[in-house]
Amino acid sequence: MNLSFFDQFASPSLMGIPLVIIAMMFPTLMLPSQDNRWITNRLSSIQSWLIHMITKQLMIPLNKKGHKWSLILMSLMMLLLSINLLGLLPYTFTPTTQLSMNMALALPLWMATLLTGLRNQPSISLGHLLPEGTPTLLIPALILIETTSLLIRPLALGVRLTANLTAGHLLIQLISTATVALLPSMPTVSILTSLILLLLTMLEIAVAMIQAYVFVLLLSLYLQENI
Amino acid sequence: GPLSERRLMDVRLGELPAWLATCDISAQGLLGGVQKAWSSYHDKYINVRRGGPAGISMLLAGYCLLSYGWNYQHI
Repeated sequence: MNLSFFDQFASPSLMGIPLVIIAMMFPTLMLPSQDNRWITNRLSSIQSWLIHMITKQLMIPLNKKGHKWSLILMSLMMLLLSINLLGLLPYTFTPTTQLSMNMALALPLWMATLLTGLRNQPSISLGHLLPEGTPTLLIPALILIETTSLLIRPLALGVRLTANLTAGHLLIQLISTATVALLPSMPTVSILTSLILLLLTMLEIAVAMIQAYVFVLLLSLYLQENI
Repeated sequence: GPLSERRLMDVRLGELPAWLATCDISAQGLLGGVQKAWSSYHDKYINVRRGGPAGISMLLAGYCLLSYGWNYQHI
């Protein structure tokens, strides 16, 4: 009985064909397409406003060379946002609950920021490994610690997204199971649990958006150090 | 008009097998059919001047139903 709670994260397949690809391409239907019209529909206007707002927020701290990254960072942001929010609908599959996908997103992008820094300004990038004003005796230890924290960044990025979404979905499933199971025997407790479920669902909507934003924000911060 | 040029909604039920025989079943043909279906849905319900939540809600409801169908065996 316990193990069946994890079945929702199994990647769905029909006759052996993995349907995760369709689940990942579905968000493209919702996002605006290039129409070359001056006045587009309301959906496109809302999404354009949203994309402009987020782009300004993310790209202002970066210098001019960093602005070349705006396309990939914004596409990543829209992908994660739409995948996370679509996963909150009933019976849908959320690809970002799979660690494999999140690591596949985090590791190459983080490595790209690191290699950009090491190639264009190696001494400045390596200089980030030692904060200013450390006592001389602490320098070797601190360099080891900073290197470890640098190398663990992609793992942290991927696992953060995976763990937040997986935990949220699991909690929703557990609490809704509890609500339904309590309904015949203790209706008042069941109503209380359904209130908790409502609050949790609102939290999950917020978490879905925040986690996508945090992922891209951290990548832009890593880029700021290195570009 | 001739059977091969009519759209799916204009084909009568008895003529359906004949219509299916005339249409293009290659990968490119199927993809073109899917593209055409999506753009007609998009232009009719979403790409309007004063659209509301109805267009996308139908799309999301359809996606939920599709996912339910995929997950039916696990439930």
